[in-house]
Amino acid sequence: MIGLLGKKIGMTSVYAEDGRRILVTVLSVGPCKIVQVKTPENDGYYALQLGYETKKPNKVNKPMKGHFKKAGVEPFRKLKEFRIENPDEKFKTGQTLSIDNVFQEGELVDCTGTSKGKGFQGVMKRHGFHGGPKTHGQSDRGRAPGSIGASSYPSRVVKGLSMGGQMGNKIVTVRGLRVVKIMPDDNLLLVKGSVAGSNGGYVVVKKSKKNLR
Amino acid sequence: MSDNLLRKVEQKFIRDDLPNFKPGDTVKIHIKITEGNKTRIQAFQGIVISRHGNGINKMFTVRKIGAGGVGVERIFPVNAPLIDKIDVIRRGKVRRAKLYYLRSKIGKAAKVRELRTEKKKTK
Repeated sequence: MIGLLGKKIGMTSVYAEDGRRILVTVLSVGPCKIVQVKTPENDGYYALQLGYETKKPNKVNKPMKGHFKKAGVEPFRKLKEFRIENPDEKFKTGQTLSIDNVFQEGELVDCTGTSKGKGFQGVMKRHGFHGGPKTHGQSDRGRAPGSIGASSYPSRVVKGLSMGGQMGNKIVTVRGLRVVKIMPDDNLLLVKGSVAGSNGGYVVVKKSKKNLR
Repeated sequence: MSDNLLRKVEQKFIRDDLPNFKPGDTVKIHIKITEGNKTRIQAFQGIVISRHGNGINKMFTVRKIGAGGVGVERIFPVNAPLIDKIDVIRRGKVRRAKLYYLRSKIGKAAKVRELRTEKKKTK
């Protein structure tokens, strides 16, 4: 599904017409330029490669310079491919897509961001384990995971068992967020609910498949 | 920059038609209530005991003593469209921003002294 690249600005609330207060995430989305149009003849599938946020030309390496030159666009910091279902639409390289071309108020979108890194965390924070008893003679076991399996059979720990480790700083997609408002003059998109990542972090906003249901 | 954009989003919803009021003031809030497709107005009168938050998320707490001496507190967003109007009935003279101590006071002790501004004018 087609989408755009953007940045998370922050969260606030707005009021709906019937007076309800809606908590929204404000995203600054687009405008993005089409850097490449992928076709089945050349690439085996239909897709658009979009560029977001221009970069200084002296910061671009030679292979990428050639890529941007071919499309006749300025160098971009972020590139992202979006599959398109409807191949007879007229997309050409160098074309600018902004939010009012792509999104509509009231439709559903999927927002992908990189969640805030929490570092190496124990099972209580990372997986919501309850920890051990704090009293009844216990010591040093307050935040421990408990048993991680049986003994001589199977003599190993099953794969995928939840344990401590790196938490956050991974790509998280929140699906089916409602577009509350579009402000095309400032390239702002207001979606109901929260989006992963810190303010100023990059996000990918796509039209949701849930629209089709 | 990003903060400016957030303010810009909020700006459209910020109301400037409501009077200023402070903690200690007695206010009467006229709330729009929708039942089915009918809208009516209900009043809630009490003492403002706190104001907190900023921008669109600014809130205030109103405390009143309801039937049977039961304390009732309601928290309203300052910019909520459901507020039809606010009447400031009495200005209170208080020395702190949060009047949470009123919760533990009963009867006359739970009163807030009135702020007298007319005297100042005559001086």
